[in-house]
Amino acid sequence: MALLEVEDLTVEFGTRDGTVRAVDRVSFAVDKGEIMGLVGESGSGKTVSCRAMLHLLPGWQVRRASGRAMFDGQDLLTADEGKLRDLHGRRIGMIFQNPASHLDPLMTIGRQVAEPLIYHKGMSAKEARVEAIQLLRQVGIPDPKRAVDAYPHQFSGGMKQRAVIAGAVACQPDLLVADEPTTALDVTVQAQILRLLLDLRDRTGLAIILITHDLGVVASTCDAVTVMYAGRIMERAPKAELIRAPRHPYTMGIIRSQPSRAEPGRPLDSIEGQLPALSALPEGCRFHPRCEYAIAPCRSGEIPLDTVGPDHAAACIRWRELRGAAA
Amino acid sequence: MHRYRFVITRPLQLIPVLFGISLVTFVLTHMIPGDPARILLGIRATAEAIAAIHEKFGLDKPLFVQYFYFLKNLLQGDFGRSIIYRAPVLGVVADRIMPTLSLILLAVIISAILSAILASIAATRRGGGTDQAIRLFSTIGLGLPSFWLGIVFIMVFSLGMGLFPVSGYGDTFLDRLHHLILPAATLAVSLVPVITRNLRASLIAESTSDYVTAARAKGVPAKVIFFGHVFRNSLLPTISLFGVNIGWMIGGTVVVETVFSVPGLGQLMVSSIFARDYLVVQAVTLVLALGVVATNFLVDVATAVLDPRVTV
Amino acid sequence: MTAIEIPAPPSRWRGMSLPWTVPTGAAIVLFWIAVAVLSPLIAPSDPIGQDLSQTLQPPSLAHWLGTDNFGRDVLSRLIWGTRYDLMMGFFGVLFPFIIGVTIGAVAGYSGGIIDAVLMRLLDITISFPFFVLIIAIVATLGPGLSSFYIALALVGWVSYARLVRSQFLVLKQSDFVLAARCLGFSRARIVFKHILPNAIMPAVVFSMSDAVLDILLGSSLSFLGLGIQPPTAEWGIMISDGKNFIAQAWWISFFPGLAIIILAIGFSFLADGFAELLGAKD
Repeated sequence: MALLEVEDLTVEFGTRDGTVRAVDRVSFAVDKGEIMGLVGESGSGKTVSCRAMLHLLPGWQVRRASGRAMFDGQDLLTADEGKLRDLHGRRIGMIFQNPASHLDPLMTIGRQVAEPLIYHKGMSAKEARVEAIQLLRQVGIPDPKRAVDAYPHQFSGGMKQRAVIAGAVACQPDLLVADEPTTALDVTVQAQILRLLLDLRDRTGLAIILITHDLGVVASTCDAVTVMYAGRIMERAPKAELIRAPRHPYTMGIIRSQPSRAEPGRPLDSIEGQLPALSALPEGCRFHPRCEYAIAPCRSGEIPLDTVGPDHAAACIRWRELRGAAA
Repeated sequence: MHRYRFVITRPLQLIPVLFGISLVTFVLTHMIPGDPARILLGIRATAEAIAAIHEKFGLDKPLFVQYFYFLKNLLQGDFGRSIIYRAPVLGVVADRIMPTLSLILLAVIISAILSAILASIAATRRGGGTDQAIRLFSTIGLGLPSFWLGIVFIMVFSLGMGLFPVSGYGDTFLDRLHHLILPAATLAVSLVPVITRNLRASLIAESTSDYVTAARAKGVPAKVIFFGHVFRNSLLPTISLFGVNIGWMIGGTVVVETVFSVPGLGQLMVSSIFARDYLVVQAVTLVLALGVVATNFLVDVATAVLDPRVTV
Repeated sequence: MTAIEIPAPPSRWRGMSLPWTVPTGAAIVLFWIAVAVLSPLIAPSDPIGQDLSQTLQPPSLAHWLGTDNFGRDVLSRLIWGTRYDLMMGFFGVLFPFIIGVTIGAVAGYSGGIIDAVLMRLLDITISFPFFVLIIAIVATLGPGLSSFYIALALVGWVSYARLVRSQFLVLKQSDFVLAARCLGFSRARIVFKHILPNAIMPAVVFSMSDAVLDILLGSSLSFLGLGIQPPTAEWGIMISDGKNFIAQAWWISFFPGLAIIILAIGFSFLADGFAELLGAKD
């Protein structure tokens, strides 16, 4: 059985223009020790679905979240505050895009790493501090004995992210939700942080949901990939297969528009148009206004997620014809 | 710890301001029409005394030279003699510092506690009836004349319930505390609305910040997040606001001390104005201005202690 | 010929609904203005005339708010006093406003040495406790209403100068000012027609809460005996008069205080409402 099974997760927001669906019947699963990439443009609903699942969206924003998110036999969506607090930090950790703003500027790094140990394991401040030094060493922070008493502003971006990771994995959780953990960092630091995450997975069997818009990150890190667009899942496949043989035109588009595929003298491919506003979603396939393969049936009705192969599904009615079109 | 080096360097930066303050006080006293010597000595002064004053303050010399005489005397701790108390002004003024200082300190403590409670309630029940009530209270509080409020407090708590003395200062520590509670509460009422509003806004802003989400994601209990993270961060702008408002509060003591007959600097200032004891008025003005400068320095220190990012 | 369009200055008022505090505050302030204007008509009796047979009478049908120790009708004194306290709010704001806005505009627009000098002057002024400096100036000039206005003008400008200066610093870099400058408009025209109307709004909003402070200061001064002098009917003086009789005749002090509070609430509501309109942070 999968560690986390999300089924038909739907998240609605109340906005000035009425209720909008940021996430629409999204399903995916993550196994123990698996790194699952959740890919899409900003606004595709990848962050919202994870945060809604963990009840980490600002309370006033969510109108309704429905579906199921089974974590170890427990539905996260219906879990009460106490149960969630028990899971947060102990069994499910989360790290963020901007480590600087996610650290309290007035609290020492060590204390912030130690917080979950104090509130979950009942450690004294002293014990937790010793443990925090250990954790800082594990995430590759040099001179952890000094770093433990440093304040966030004394750390570089990469070091801050390492510290956030140390806090998130302090209690050896089963699942880590990593929300664009490398986007705000320098390229060289990005690679280090990704290596650290891989290393943590190998050592502790940690499962990771890696939210990113960067296929390069997916390629170097993930085992499986889920592609989201405008609140819906477009395609889901093991990483190698997805990159080698994508079946959804949107997946093909983002693969083609990777900067790493750029060739000198040729303009970089890109997907024409823009992500639709959630309050004005197109009928039919949400991607059809931007899709070069769109035909009449794409413009109406529900496009289901169709099984392409083992562990591979795509929400495109033309996936059979599009075989190989990406190349 | 070089982070705290400014504890030494900052006072040096204050020197121009201190000069400015002394200049203003000097000019003020010299704007009074008539022979300064007669003004300073009163009408029954002898000719010799007047001559001595002329000598001491350089009154025959040009104005800017007189200022240097004034500064010289000041730096020697010589504020002149009070015509009413027939004693050196410095001693007269120094005797009144403690009551005023205690009064302000007590008022600051009362308003800090009250504002913290009110702002926390308002921020956590944002938009609710309690929040609205607290906001309305702070709007009304801004317009409460402290001299009137003091009288109402005396009416209700002293004359009505007999809980506190009507006026005066007391002898022992507890006795003084007992005497100062009503005046301090009166003074606090003018500060609480300002602090409450500001703190409420900061608390609301800070509670939506990312580090709060991160703390929740680590399973930190809501109470700890509020007091350990949100409140601490909100405290910084509030403390600087205290610094900005201390001048207003010191001004308030002048009125409150008069209402409650607290023998402090404010009461001394008012009585000396009526007695035309100008050297005392001048010295009190100077001491109270120094109080503002010193408070702002303390606020800087407090900010630096609380905020590791600050390196002045 | 193509018309050159200057980007419109940011309009902050359009499309905002009026907060309830604005009409409420306006109603309260207008009520007191009406009382002040109509005081000869509505006051039941002479505010200064003594009637020693009627001293310290509690509120009754004959004297709605009672009488004071000289037998004067508290309601009549309160009605007549409105004039002084409203005036203290108005003139107390007017002079500092004019001086402060001018200094702030000059400092903000010219920068350099003028700015530096004016800002040092400001630093020194704010290092005095506001009210203490006012009292010290009044002590020098001699008690009275005009001394109060002079003192306020000398001290009160700092808040306005600070507000306007910071606005100027921002606005003089803004697109519509740069555009106006490129078009070769004169300096005066840029300052008065383009920057000032935008820069002055925060100062106008502040002037309403400042009015509250000035009314409190003015009545405090009168209470201390340094402002308007007895037997004039003014709220601060009335409270001072009643101070010695609180045990027997609470009404002498109580009602004028209430009047101050209500007037202050009116201005505070206006200030709150306009601040909200300006988009100032909650």
